[in-house]
Amino acid sequence: MTTPSTTSLAVARVARERRGAGLARAAGDRLGVVGCIAASVLLVIALAAAFAPVVAPYDPDYPDLLASLSGPSPAHLLGADALGRDILSRLIWGARITLAGPGLVILIATVVGTLLALLAAWRGGRIDTAISWLLDVLFAVPGIVFGLIAVAIWGPSLITVVCGLAIAYVPYVARVVRGAALRERNMPYVSAAWLQGQSATGITFTQILPNVQPIVVAQAVSSLGFAVIDLAAVSFLGLGVQPPTADLGLMVKSGFDSVLRGQPTEAIAAGTLIVLIVWCVTVIGDRLTSSARSMR
Amino acid sequence: MTPNETRATGPATAGRAEPIVVARGLRKIFPGRAGDEPVIAVDDVSFELFPNECLAIVGESGSGKTTVARMLVGLETVTAGELAVRGESRAAGVKRLADRRRWAKEVQYVFQDPYSSLNGRQRIGDIVATSVALHAGDTATRRAVQRRALEILDSVGLDERFAAKHPHQLSGGQRQRVAIARALAADPAVIVLDEAVAALDVSIQAQILNLLADIRAAREVSYLFISHDLAVVNQISDRMIVMEQGRVVDGGRTAELLAEPVHPYTRSLRAAVPRPGWRPVRRERLAS
Amino acid sequence: MTDPLLRLDNVRAALRLRGGEQELLRGVSFTIGAGEALGLVGESGSGKSLTTRAITRMLDPAFRVTGDIAFEGASVPRMNAQALRRYRQRDVGMIFQDPRAHVNPVHRVGDFLTEALVRDRGVDRRDAERRAVELLDEVGVRTPEQRLRQYPHELSGGLLQRVMIASVLLAEPKLILADEPTTALDVTAQSDVMAILDEQRRARGLSLLFITHDLELAAACCDRLAVMYAGEIVEQGAHVYEAPRHPYTIELLGARPSIEHRVERLPVLRYDRAAHELLKAEAS
Repeated sequence: MTTPSTTSLAVARVARERRGAGLARAAGDRLGVVGCIAASVLLVIALAAAFAPVVAPYDPDYPDLLASLSGPSPAHLLGADALGRDILSRLIWGARITLAGPGLVILIATVVGTLLALLAAWRGGRIDTAISWLLDVLFAVPGIVFGLIAVAIWGPSLITVVCGLAIAYVPYVARVVRGAALRERNMPYVSAAWLQGQSATGITFTQILPNVQPIVVAQAVSSLGFAVIDLAAVSFLGLGVQPPTADLGLMVKSGFDSVLRGQPTEAIAAGTLIVLIVWCVTVIGDRLTSSARSMR
Repeated sequence: MTPNETRATGPATAGRAEPIVVARGLRKIFPGRAGDEPVIAVDDVSFELFPNECLAIVGESGSGKTTVARMLVGLETVTAGELAVRGESRAAGVKRLADRRRWAKEVQYVFQDPYSSLNGRQRIGDIVATSVALHAGDTATRRAVQRRALEILDSVGLDERFAAKHPHQLSGGQRQRVAIARALAADPAVIVLDEAVAALDVSIQAQILNLLADIRAAREVSYLFISHDLAVVNQISDRMIVMEQGRVVDGGRTAELLAEPVHPYTRSLRAAVPRPGWRPVRRERLAS
Repeated sequence: MTDPLLRLDNVRAALRLRGGEQELLRGVSFTIGAGEALGLVGESGSGKSLTTRAITRMLDPAFRVTGDIAFEGASVPRMNAQALRRYRQRDVGMIFQDPRAHVNPVHRVGDFLTEALVRDRGVDRRDAERRAVELLDEVGVRTPEQRLRQYPHELSGGLLQRVMIASVLLAEPKLILADEPTTALDVTAQSDVMAILDEQRRARGLSLLFITHDLELAAACCDRLAVMYAGEIVEQGAHVYEAPRHPYTIELLGARPSIEHRVERLPVLRYDRAAHELLKAEAS
């Protein structure tokens, strides 16, 4: 019986019309100016990382011992590390793992977390209670601890840490998605599908999932920033990516020793790149989250 | 509903057919929230719905009219009493998917709010086609389903251009047409219309009421029309029952009941409707 | 002739969009005299709610507003912040469709009613409560002393709307803006609330701008009606309900089902934007 205010409807309609017009404009409306800058920076880093073999000036593992611990020079733009490896090339190669590792963590966590959340929201009752309990337990344990436990069991390697962290990130995705799915589940359009005789799986995947998808994406991107830091920390501790593979966390660590020997470039460059990546991801995640909320 | 028992049970097609829906002594009690008393939403409600008639359930908010409708389709469980569709009891609720699908072919539901009752991420054509596919059986081809969906959309006054649109591109009235099309896709014997025109503008309301009349002229279908609006009820329904605080207090042929209301509650409802020469009247002091 | 209480003169409001503007109020003019009730009637999207927001200068900043709104001769668009606050607090009282959205759910009814008096007018707390009790009694709330200690969620919609009326009357405004005050209520509660509003307004000589989609309700409670379509007033006066002249008003009245008799098919409005523009072009 209550009719929503026409004015707010008009404003919402205008916003929606704007959203509909072209991918670039849609992205602009969702991300805002700062978000677009963050997305562009991240895109540049990702492209450089993806095309590392082409972009990087040197083989990241080639030791030019003569250049060892040299500062920035025309030959080595950011200088070379203790073993004489080109720092810029190692940054570009390192960004590969620094993006791919957390990306894989979040991909696994999002798929598993979303499925658990949808199952909990649809079935309710005991299944919901059990899943919520499991999520709470996972929540109570810091993500990095899962990485360390995985390392303790299977030994240090990137894959081990990724699997461990993926479990740790499941509740971050699942909690938010469960809340959103519960809201959608009580909407009349879901009741309508149920009354039509659509199966539970059908309702979950054709009705509820498309409507919580913006929240899933926003939450995944937001969590990505934390995963980058966690994974870099594990590498820094020497438990993740193993030398000589180039990785930003590892570079901060090996750069540490160089700092004591008077050459801070490696640690600073790797540290800055991590911060930049995390900043970009966090900004994008923030914008996506608020636009997903405003779509309600 | 003793005083009007005889008036209430006489259907439009008196004595000629078996009722499709029978409710006897229907009760619904909601458990009270933390420490509160349980709420008796529906209390000893009985009625019958016959083929090809429109029965209105009239009442104010909190009268339990919507709860009755939701019990009929299984959106609420039945606490006590009998509720049967074509002789098959629905009081125990629905468990299996096959039952749910079979029941959907008998009773369909149109919600009040045409904004939240359509999935914003589905195209109009797909919303109707999903319903067609669910009830067409496995033999129907994709193309046949699509063609049928377009036919149904056309029958509610939406041409094929609408099939590719999303709900947010439609007006409230057009959305309610889609909701009606989705209900028709199951080819049901009964459509429950839960305040289905209440949220619409007067000009749109008239169109939807005409559409509902056209549908009844074209095919055999019964409406259970839930409404608080006596003028709308007068326009569309053959019979009506009046609910107050969970109980049926009055019932009979709509035209007779509204022309000369006898029951005090029906009279007060009738008196509160604005019409030419009407003045608002203040009731006694309000305690709740 | 003296100034009317409120005068709207060719008020336009345009929503700024990328690549242009969309005009949603297209030259609205009307007056409300002291003690007069005007019913502003229209369907959704006609601009009736925008008009009330323009009157209190509460339109979204995305709107560009032109034309003049004068309250007792003072131009509302040109008021400074202090004058505007005074105008909103003392001169105009607002009643909304959904009272629950306009009360703080964690404040007791008593605090809600007396807060403004105590804070802005320096009325003694006990005095303010005494006045609140009197007013609640006048708008037909039983045991008003108890109500003051209750929270909004403990009250029904009809009762809460009476509390809203009391809160508006407490501020002793000159004009009441009532935006669909009964749309969310049952018919019996609607009849009630309108009767109270009407009776209190007459007793105090207040002016009323009653915004509604219900022509019959507006006709019963107002001295004059103004019918809005697409951001314009198509017809206004005391005759509108009994003897409508504009085709839109005539069709709108005809489309509403009647409680007295049933028709085969309801007449459907043929009046649309195209007919509207055509009619305007012919008139000018």
